[in-house]
Amino acid sequence: MNPVGVVTQVNGREIARSVPARMTLVEFLRDELGLTGTKVSCELQVCGVCTVLVDRKPVSSCAFLAVDIDGREVTTIEGVASDGKLHPIQQAFIDHFALQCGFCTPGFVMMAVALLEEVPQPTPEQVVSYLEGNICRCTGYRSILEAVLDAADRLERASP
Amino acid sequence: MSVGNSVPSVDARVKTTGEARYALDAAVPGMLFADIVRSTRAHATILDIDPSEALTTPGVSAVITAADLDGLFPRFGHIIADHPILAIDRVRYYGEPVALVLADNRYAAADAADLVRVRYADLPVVIEPEEALAAEAPLLHDEDYSLGDRSFSEAQSARPATNVAHEAMLQWGDVESALEGAHVVVETTTRYPMLYAYAMEPYNAIASYDEGELDVISTAQHPFQVREDLARIFSLPLNGVRVRSPLLGGGYGSKSYTKVEPLAAVGAWISGRPVKVALDVEGAIHTTRADSALIWVRSGFDDKGTIVAREFDITLNTGAYADNGTLVLTKCVHRCFGPYNIPNLRASGRAVYTNTVPSSSYRGFGAPQGNLAGEVNMDQAAERLGIDAAELRRRNLVGPGERHIPGKRAMDADLRADLEMVVKGLGWGGRPTANHGIGFGCSASDAGAFPVSTAQVRLFADGSALVLTGSTEMGQGSRTVLGQIAATELGISVDRIRVKQSDTSLTPYERTTGASRTTTLTGLAVQRACRDALAKLVEMGAEVLDRDVEEVKTAEGDVVAGPDSRASYEEVVQAWFGGRQGEVTGVGIVRRAGELAELPPFWEIGMVGVDVEVDPQTGVVTVHHLVTVGDVGYAINPAMVEGQDLGAATQGLGAALSEELIYDGPQLVNPNMVEYRVPRMGDMPARIDTFIAERGDGVGPFGAKGGGEGSLNPVGGAVASAIARATGRWPTRLPLNSSAVWELLNPPDEA
Repeated sequence: MNPVGVVTQVNGREIARSVPARMTLVEFLRDELGLTGTKVSCELQVCGVCTVLVDRKPVSSCAFLAVDIDGREVTTIEGVASDGKLHPIQQAFIDHFALQCGFCTPGFVMMAVALLEEVPQPTPEQVVSYLEGNICRCTGYRSILEAVLDAADRLERASP
Repeated sequence: MSVGNSVPSVDARVKTTGEARYALDAAVPGMLFADIVRSTRAHATILDIDPSEALTTPGVSAVITAADLDGLFPRFGHIIADHPILAIDRVRYYGEPVALVLADNRYAAADAADLVRVRYADLPVVIEPEEALAAEAPLLHDEDYSLGDRSFSEAQSARPATNVAHEAMLQWGDVESALEGAHVVVETTTRYPMLYAYAMEPYNAIASYDEGELDVISTAQHPFQVREDLARIFSLPLNGVRVRSPLLGGGYGSKSYTKVEPLAAVGAWISGRPVKVALDVEGAIHTTRADSALIWVRSGFDDKGTIVAREFDITLNTGAYADNGTLVLTKCVHRCFGPYNIPNLRASGRAVYTNTVPSSSYRGFGAPQGNLAGEVNMDQAAERLGIDAAELRRRNLVGPGERHIPGKRAMDADLRADLEMVVKGLGWGGRPTANHGIGFGCSASDAGAFPVSTAQVRLFADGSALVLTGSTEMGQGSRTVLGQIAATELGISVDRIRVKQSDTSLTPYERTTGASRTTTLTGLAVQRACRDALAKLVEMGAEVLDRDVEEVKTAEGDVVAGPDSRASYEEVVQAWFGGRQGEVTGVGIVRRAGELAELPPFWEIGMVGVDVEVDPQTGVVTVHHLVTVGDVGYAINPAMVEGQDLGAATQGLGAALSEELIYDGPQLVNPNMVEYRVPRMGDMPARIDTFIAERGDGVGPFGAKGGGEGSLNPVGGAVASAIARATGRWPTRLPLNSSAVWELLNPPDEA
């Protein structure tokens, strides 16, 4: 259980820590950094609630070791809004009632951020295919699909 | 008016930014992390527990077993206190907590848990109720634990010297004679699967115990009920136990009543430090599941299709401990036969102890199990009678104001009108195409919402207000809806109101957060609290404006005593107390009296339909169209009503098509979210219609009544009947996953 040094950027902030080799990324974020916005549920990489971006690519932080973020950049739900202004995806989730208990919401928002960076104007089928790995037990998904499609439109209108 | 509008959820913003705090996010300085040693036997005597090796793990401070709980009441359970905090001399299911390991960090606790050596002597195991009811079956419980909660008087006590945990029976008329004279008698047997609710935040709790007060933050839906269990365990007065429920990451009934709170609390009691118990999903599955059911029904009809009698026999697999199984059974017995006029009825059931995970509440609460049998039976009867399935319902549905269960509230809904919304929405009656089938179903649940609710409203000197309630927010939107009710009553804008919930030491008593009670019962308490606050404000306003009380009223956030005599709430409070000080507190109380004397307080209606396609090659079922009707009296927040209905129906589709906990021998083979498949985004029906029926016929605020469970209840039967119409074969069990449907199409005896 020898600690391992990790130097990383989390939400743009330089972080250097010494962590147990067995520590998962979600434990690092929640326990070490107090970034509890990232949730954890299935711990088997199938529910998507723990999704964060590592070098702008979505990963399940429950199945990703903290030591593996050494030299890489992590974005969590706390890093999505900027200067107190919500990201259009976050606003669309609110406007479309695309959440109930909200426990899955950070994972969905992170996955939607990754999707819209990769495919700015996705078809409904592309959204479904991309978000198939995120479980929501409350909403029945319709409102989430609508929110993501609407967010894509809002982002396009906002871009020059 | 704030009510009637789809006001965005007041906690949506923090839920999208990660700022929302759930119990899982709570931490207390100096806390220890707990891990649980779980039984590796389904039924065994514990010979010896050896913690010595575990205690050598660096960072481990204690290994607690039942032997360490001397001086405490070592069990919990709100109806039957049969559930040991830690197994006492014997384990009754695979996965039962045997010991609690406390350590400075989660890794040490987990490592040490693996090192606790438990020696067992195996006892005979019963997994299925059929085995547990056999004459030679081992007895799971031979003590009488009953403590009795008088509000559960419908629940019958266990039958001694058997594994029958509870029995329930409802009957009237003469079933045998009626069936003898029936034109057609149709018999159906169905099995409903063993389910896991999968609230995505698993059970967790932090307990600290100091200054004679026990303080628990947990995932409890019903913090006041948990408080009572904890008070009994530690012989504390109710004011010596504080249970707080922050935002819950899903509940759906599965977080009803006490779960891991006693483990955290005994950890804190023994260690003298705060203790956090946070289960993983596998641990949560080994804590609570929902009852599987085997139900037999026969119904008799006359030649016009009028029901002459129905008879049900229900067996629930309730698992190793009672939890809320008593009520699930009682509700199943009351809900299985549907909202029909039935002149002769007998519905009897038993919940059976087995060596499986204890079962308890899950959305619908006995209704989905019973409805599958009852509604498939109705559809089979329609086929036998040669009467259209919708027409058969029309001829038998109970009308508004009619009473279909003696002693219960008369029907407060127009079910025929609801049914028309479903069948029109589905295009029922059109020409069926190959491999397609339409199914629908009706249900009405006697909401188990016992009317005990209290609320407070505090109007502050700046004109803002706090609503205090013991009702828990778990995603259903109660903060928003109760805020809307208060805003409308107080005549102020909803953004000047905050709703604070579920802290047994600071918020007023709420019996539970379940059975869709919140809008109706907590809503009434909030409404009354607002009116009480305004009445006080009027008295103060009369003094401030120097008028008689009779001349003063409130309007739109002001106290008014005529065209030239008016003061805002804040001006009245400030003037009455002097300076920018003071507040007005209103109290609202709801109990079983007046309009709420009759139970249930409302009927929770479920009317749904589906259009499915079956792939005959693979057995894969695709749901093309889903229709729900939210018959909620008055939709205080329509978008939230639709969200509840679609969410409920989606959970119903999960049970219908993919979800099932499977025992293979003494242990579960799929206690994880890989092999227990819940609906995903790709399973969403291509077309979804969530209709709302508003007829102002509820006893709640503005004519509202409960919603949120109803649209789950008939989904299983609707899917089963749709598949029957698509394939020409009647399924007898859920889930109808591809292999089950393939077997339906290719029965082994025809191979």
